Amino acid sequence: MQAPAQAALRATGGRLWRGGVLLALGLTLLLVWGVAVLLARGVGIWGLDIPVAWGFAITNYVWWIGIGMGGTFISAALYLARAPWRAALSRYAEAMTVFAVSVSGIFPILHLGRPWFFYWLFPYPNIMSVWPQWRSSLEWDFFAILAYLLVSVLYFYVGLLPDLATLRDAAGSGARARCYGLLALGWRGDAHHWRRFETLSLLLAGLAVPLVFSVHSMVALDFSEGLAPGWHSTVFPPFFVAGALFSGFAMVLALGIPMRRVLSLQAYITPRHLANMAKLMLAVGLVVDYSYAAELFTAFYSMDRYEIALALRRMTGAYAWVYWSTIFCNVLLIQLLWWPRVRASAGALFCISVGVLIGMWLERFMLIVTTLYQDYLPSSWGMFYPTFWDLAFLAGSLGLFFLLYLLLVRCVPVVSLFELRRLRAQRSAP
Amino acid sequence: MSTAALHGLLAEFDSAAQLLAAVRALRAAAGHLVLEAYAPFPVEGLTAALGERTDRVPLAMLLGALGGGLGTFALECYAAVFDYPLNIGGRPPFSWPAFIPPALEMTLLGAAVLGVLAMLAASGLPRLRHPLFAVAAFERASSDRFFLLVRAAARGFDEAAVRALLEELPALAVIAVPA
Repeated sequence: MQAPAQAALRATGGRLWRGGVLLALGLTLLLVWGVAVLLARGVGIWGLDIPVAWGFAITNYVWWIGIGMGGTFISAALYLARAPWRAALSRYAEAMTVFAVSVSGIFPILHLGRPWFFYWLFPYPNIMSVWPQWRSSLEWDFFAILAYLLVSVLYFYVGLLPDLATLRDAAGSGARARCYGLLALGWRGDAHHWRRFETLSLLLAGLAVPLVFSVHSMVALDFSEGLAPGWHSTVFPPFFVAGALFSGFAMVLALGIPMRRVLSLQAYITPRHLANMAKLMLAVGLVVDYSYAAELFTAFYSMDRYEIALALRRMTGAYAWVYWSTIFCNVLLIQLLWWPRVRASAGALFCISVGVLIGMWLERFMLIVTTLYQDYLPSSWGMFYPTFWDLAFLAGSLGLFFLLYLLLVRCVPVVSLFELRRLRAQRSAP
Repeated sequence: MSTAALHGLLAEFDSAAQLLAAVRALRAAAGHLVLEAYAPFPVEGLTAALGERTDRVPLAMLLGALGGGLGTFALECYAAVFDYPLNIGGRPPFSWPAFIPPALEMTLLGAAVLGVLAMLAASGLPRLRHPLFAVAAFERASSDRFFLLVRAAARGFDEAAVRALLEELPALAVIAVPA
């Protein structure tokens, strides 16, 4: 019980933690610099042009918000399924969601061209007497991100309240106790408060699951509402939801495996947790693989020459290496998870998860760029080449995510203390 | 210490089972007393033993969901049909299926926001100061100790009699909580 609380109250985070924060801070500053350059010079600093007007920014956006979905799903769906082993994973998975969604929201805003007018997406009585265009999936997407960000922050914070009270009481007196005291909102563990807390947790979990599915379906509709080959497809919403959960589970493993080692949490995040996560990742990965097959089948079954041309272009065109790398990471690599020995090895799981994260990023890049770079009219075909700033924003978004995450593991317990307490009391009871 | 300056008498227990038994015993022996129970995790059956109160969180969430969803849908209709009709691909102004996605998201958001607000408001949170926070032993209420508070404000509260009742229980300590 003590290790997670102590990790949060220890005076210094250790050399590894400080090194990680410095690296993440450096990358975050690169992102800040990039944003400043972008505001001064416009989205032309990226490799965007016509016909490929969506490049890294939208890839990053879809990738990050997808990672967030996995965190919510683990926390909420396993809560509803009454899987008690989830207790050790829920806290950091929820934190991962909040940070991934925050990072993802930066990209569509910066991609607007004039990001300072992003609030025009919001329906408010304005001096221009205009309203948003409600029939556009881009407008739906704005509502989806807004709702998802706020709900995941609330879900995370409410679940954290009892543990903030524990930290307040463990911190004694002084500035730290006062800080935790303010954040704990006066939580005392009153039986009636716990009752309401339990009702709210259950209902929020019940809301979060359909929210995950609806939000990533909206992201998918950004594509399938477009009339381009490879995008205009009804398979996109379920396909995107599966992909989102796939990358989210991979990130939960890729974060959890080093974290349990550095913070000595092996007793809380056990090999059984990792193996269960690996099984979930394999299951949802197979759904993704099925979607790849369904996409190809539909292209040829449609007899539509543009759909068929696109399918062939993905496999043999200028970006074929992206397609085959995706297939390698998301289809072949995860088949290793069938072997119990692979699921029992933290090192192997870490490598596979990182592979899946890379594969899912490449998949989104492939979906976006291969559709755009050659459309119906050969005279307007063109290539997409990333610039320094494309890479800087990708690295910077990783830096910002890890900076937030590393700061969090120093401030709050990464394992839900009160849920572990309850688990222990239930197990020791006769 | 006089009863007027007393918030209540606090009994400290080592386990959830002891707290639950103590609540049941006190309710049977002296039903007129106002009891509050504190635990470091949700204890099953504790609110039932204390006397169930109406939980209004689900109702608040239902209202939030309806308000968020219907409100957004009404706003979309007002904007797209009456105030600023736009011809988008020849679709009618009242193309309601396209209005569902934002309404759905705001349904979920409205339910979540009102649920959290209702949970806090019904519990009297946020609260900066509370008499129990002045009790040193109560710091362990958030880690490994269980507490039963008998409120002094109730009618028929007699400090000596209640203290005698509490000391009959397997309590680790009985503490007077100043108001």
